[in-house]
Amino acid sequence: MYPILHKEQLSDDVVLMRLAAPLIAEERKPGQFVIVQLDSTYGERIPLTIADADTKEGSITIIFQVVGLTTQRLAALQKGGAIENLVGPLGRPTHIEKFGTVVCIGGGIGVAPLYPIVQGMQRAGNKVIIIMGARTKNLLILEERMRALADELIVCTDDGSYGRKALVTAPLKELCERNPKPNLAVAIGPPIMMKFCAETTRPFNVPTVVSLNTIMVDGTGMCGGCRVTVGGKTRFVCVDGPEFDGHQVDFDNMMKRLRAYKTQEDEARTQCRLDAEIEKRKGTPA
Amino acid sequence: MPVGCGNRETEGNTSVNAHPTKEALATEAAQLLQAITARSEPLKPKDRLKIPVQAMPAQDPTVRRGNIEEVACGYSPEQARLEALRCFQCKNAPCIEGCPVRIDIPAFVRAMAAGQIKQAIDIIKRNSLLPSVCGRVCPQEVQCQAPCTVGRTLKDVGQAVSIGRLERFAADWERAQGAPDIPPIKPSTGKKVAVIGSGPAGITVAADVRREGHAVTLFEAFHKPGGVMVYGIPEFRLPKLIVQKEIDTLTTMGVKLVTNFVVGRTRALQDLLDKDGFDAIFIGTGAGLPKFMNIAGENLVGVFSANEYLTRANLMRAYDFGHAQTPIFRSHKVAVLGGGNVAMDSARMAVRLGAEEVHLVYRRTEVEMPARVEEVAHAKEEGIVFHLLQNAKRILGNEQGCVTGMECLKYQLGEPDASGRRRPVEIPGSEFVMPVDTVIVAIGNESNPLIKQTTTGLETDKWGHITVDADGKTSLDRVYAGGDIVLGAATVILAMGEGRRAAASINRLLQK
Repeated sequence: MYPILHKEQLSDDVVLMRLAAPLIAEERKPGQFVIVQLDSTYGERIPLTIADADTKEGSITIIFQVVGLTTQRLAALQKGGAIENLVGPLGRPTHIEKFGTVVCIGGGIGVAPLYPIVQGMQRAGNKVIIIMGARTKNLLILEERMRALADELIVCTDDGSYGRKALVTAPLKELCERNPKPNLAVAIGPPIMMKFCAETTRPFNVPTVVSLNTIMVDGTGMCGGCRVTVGGKTRFVCVDGPEFDGHQVDFDNMMKRLRAYKTQEDEARTQCRLDAEIEKRKGTPA
Repeated sequence: MPVGCGNRETEGNTSVNAHPTKEALATEAAQLLQAITARSEPLKPKDRLKIPVQAMPAQDPTVRRGNIEEVACGYSPEQARLEALRCFQCKNAPCIEGCPVRIDIPAFVRAMAAGQIKQAIDIIKRNSLLPSVCGRVCPQEVQCQAPCTVGRTLKDVGQAVSIGRLERFAADWERAQGAPDIPPIKPSTGKKVAVIGSGPAGITVAADVRREGHAVTLFEAFHKPGGVMVYGIPEFRLPKLIVQKEIDTLTTMGVKLVTNFVVGRTRALQDLLDKDGFDAIFIGTGAGLPKFMNIAGENLVGVFSANEYLTRANLMRAYDFGHAQTPIFRSHKVAVLGGGNVAMDSARMAVRLGAEEVHLVYRRTEVEMPARVEEVAHAKEEGIVFHLLQNAKRILGNEQGCVTGMECLKYQLGEPDASGRRRPVEIPGSEFVMPVDTVIVAIGNESNPLIKQTTTGLETDKWGHITVDADGKTSLDRVYAGGDIVLGAATVILAMGEGRRAAASINRLLQK
């Protein structure tokens, strides 16, 4: 069992948790993820990126958005509770060195896995420019933490409720047009955002790393469910990634694969909500 | 779900070819056994040859298509004795040569024939640690039963003494008696051994090393132990309860089990030796990296590795609709590529998950199929359509990226290749489209790269299999390996054989 040491609601459907996992805390590096399973008998295994770790406390931080059945059930757990299975750190760590100027782009919940990468890039002596984007103001996360690390921070929202009213690709394009242009871009967020970030940097030949979050079962190379097409070749996100050259990733195929179980997922989520509603009504007198 | 092998005919089942029930087979065997034991003179070889091969009672195919319960139900005590009486007790015992772990087969079969089942299982367990597993999943027809003199005399390997079924009977009998005898464990030596992977190889090493008094920690990456026996081989062929009992035996022996631990990620292999104080390590991580065909359309939605399909169904229990949270693809028409046990398991699982049509596509003929004969027979009985001498050329999809069909090519057999099997040669212009919505690729595994990637100095061959010497030792001191990570995709019994060899080497090393 892996106890929940801390829980915090970052926005309506975004939750931060610190989980007791001393071994993972010790070994994890930027870019890596864990697989979470809430119960051994019937639970689903889902990958979640590690947003931070505290070796003294022996904990890792996960930040997740409620999107499916398992994240819904996870979000319902409280401090003092525990999850049955947690395995990691999985995936290859981010390649960190002194590149020069690194622009880090985080969209929505993608800001969470970006945080340790920004930390690493900054410690390696890079000039770090951060672009954070979200649909609307109250979906922005970790702004203050990011500001503390950034040489330059650009915040945008789709609806203009905070920061600049723009998609992240607009400031990214401007940065690419600067002289000198950035030496590296790291983009993490929804697949469509990563796709357009890669398209934005491509004409400028700015190397662009993306971190993919695909469907997985084991996370150790065994099932192949996470496979993506990169440069015309099949690669496994869990053991070859999760980070790849964004200019080589076939995002369209990846987005279709992400929807493979959509019908079942929608049904399961609806059922879960119905069950919760029935439970709630049982408590209230008719 | 309907369970077991009961008399389905009496429950109104109207299969055309009456499927022999467990009860009918037991009654027939009891009568025959009585006639034989009533005789005063001992059985001569020609009398033994007259005893019919005892058929394995099985669930009716029409019933078992709709459940996940074990298909083969096991012999009745009378069937087991009759089958054992078929054995000639040859002096040269060719069956022992055919067994990768050299079980004293004539001795255990003799005990079975005398009704001494406890004695039989004790003989088996001198060499095999997993008899209830091996009795179910070993390819006996190419191992112990292949050279059997009875089969040779009758000119049919299918008429050999059913050694595997007898082994299963003895093991099941022992389990039914309650907790098995725990092997004696020597006093603690203070030495620590890490076993990585809790599949057949790892289980074997853990038991053999623990018996010598060493402390053993068994590391498993998944949340449940058992390796391929829990994620790969389906419940209908190997009930998970049996695997769990084997693990329980280990923990009773004092083996420490650590799940959710990926060596190479959670901890580097070298750290287990340098920081965590292990005196020796055994790597038994299996062949976990699925091969694909490398054809167009393979990353479409609806194409799965057999590993993924079976893991979702077995380990994650996706067959348990309404309870399991792991989704599984809802298929109508399924094509399975391959001719091994994993291909049969995938096809038969697809049937149980509700697919209307399941097609098995194999580029050679049935003779070359690596699957166990019994699995092929069971698959056919369950309505799986075999397409032999055919292979996928590309997978077709629609705008949503979902599979709509598979373009296949027809083949004919040419000259024998390096494996001695006749090489399939494609027939030009024979392309045709098989309309399917799901393709399951079951053409084998490559070795998992995780430990190799994260361990300096660990030598592997060009396929990524860990290189070991005659003692099972790797290029690193105090590090041993065995099972599929060394052999490539093989069998439970070969993994167990490798494990025994490595365990003996580790025990020798730690004795110094």
